[in-house]
Amino acid sequence: MKIKALSLTALLSVWVVAAYLSADPQVLPMPWALAEPFWSEIKSGALPFNLMMTLQRLVWAFALAMGLGLVLGLIMGLYPAVNTWLDPWLVVFLNLPALVLIVLCYLWIGLNETAAITAVTLNKIPNVATIIREGARALDSDLRAMAQVYAVPRRVYLRHFILPQMAPYIAAASRSGLAVIWKIVLVVEFLGRSNGVGFQIHLYFQLFEVSYVLVYSLSFIAIMLFVEWSLVQPWERHVNRWRNA
Amino acid sequence: MITLNLTSKSFGATTILRDINLTVAKGETVGLTGPSGIGKTTLLRLICGIDTDYIGTIQRPDNIAIVFQEPTLLPWRSVLDNIALVHSHLNQDAVKAVLERVGLGNKLAQFPGQLSLGQQRRLSLARAFAARPDVLILDEPFVSLHPELADEMFALTEDLIRETQPATIFVSHNPSDTDRLADRVLTLAGSPATLV
Repeated sequence: MKIKALSLTALLSVWVVAAYLSADPQVLPMPWALAEPFWSEIKSGALPFNLMMTLQRLVWAFALAMGLGLVLGLIMGLYPAVNTWLDPWLVVFLNLPALVLIVLCYLWIGLNETAAITAVTLNKIPNVATIIREGARALDSDLRAMAQVYAVPRRVYLRHFILPQMAPYIAAASRSGLAVIWKIVLVVEFLGRSNGVGFQIHLYFQLFEVSYVLVYSLSFIAIMLFVEWSLVQPWERHVNRWRNA
Repeated sequence: MITLNLTSKSFGATTILRDINLTVAKGETVGLTGPSGIGKTTLLRLICGIDTDYIGTIQRPDNIAIVFQEPTLLPWRSVLDNIALVHSHLNQDAVKAVLERVGLGNKLAQFPGQLSLGQQRRLSLARAFAARPDVLILDEPFVSLHPELADEMFALTEDLIRETQPATIFVSHNPSDTDRLADRVLTLAGSPATLV
């Protein structure tokens, strides 16, 4: 924890030095100069509202991408015949630029929430599926044989045999998922929504208000760090506690 | 208890096992030997139902247990859970009793990684005998154990077999092991392998 705080302080110092060298608050303001725009956006309610809108989209897209990617990755990892069929699709979607999918979703579905969430979900599913597929391929075949001989019920097998082996892969997919999805959500909002952090960044970009762009970006990064440290990492520690026993 | 009439077992174009007929009665222990790679483990996997791709018939009861060469435990679950999750129909007292029986009564909350190799093997034995199996498969369960520890495990296995009286097939490379535990010893030989 101490090292993390020191590391973030070092990053802040780099920012201060860069702001000092640029000597232009319009280009890069000092960190403390963000207090005023931050407070004004809080007071007006714009910051909480837009953060909430982005979070909603992120939660939906994350849940859908993780759920569908998990199922797809497991099936592809466990059944080589299915993998042979679907692997080329995966490669195509992995290499399809996020922007193309976003634009196509807006064109085909319309400028609405469904298109926004679908675009983000479709962008992330291939990454989740790829990571989970590797996990499914690495499942212990001896444990599977043991479960088969002792006729372990399917529910118990999934929960206590499969899930613990998949946990590191699920954690990796969640972590990279969160990091990538929120960036794509911002692009989606930038291009076709009328609220959210991405929309606000678009707005302040047009007004050339760097401090407001930074306020929205940093606020969302703070939320993501909170999710990482308060949810993802404790969960990871819990499922891996047997390794340190 | 076990009636095996195997015509053949192949992997692709290669036939590994051919014309194997075997009957093991309740309470009987059959030793199975043969050189490494001959197909002993393959035969056991057929008998257990792990591998169902063969030509022939295998009749056996559903209540079957296996002890693998490796302990094959759930490293993320406690000693108690390693039995309780696999035998979900057993109550906690029954699980504790079998763990007590193999000398792990004071290790219930520990993870397998905290046990010695000998204790892990005991846990694997406890799991096999917990549901009083009708058929028991032992696939070189004492391999790589120190001679003293192997002897201790042998004695424990002999006692448990005597108490539960399953139809047992015991695979080992070591003739003295099969002589000690088995009522009769069969050898796999040839290519494709058959019983001699």
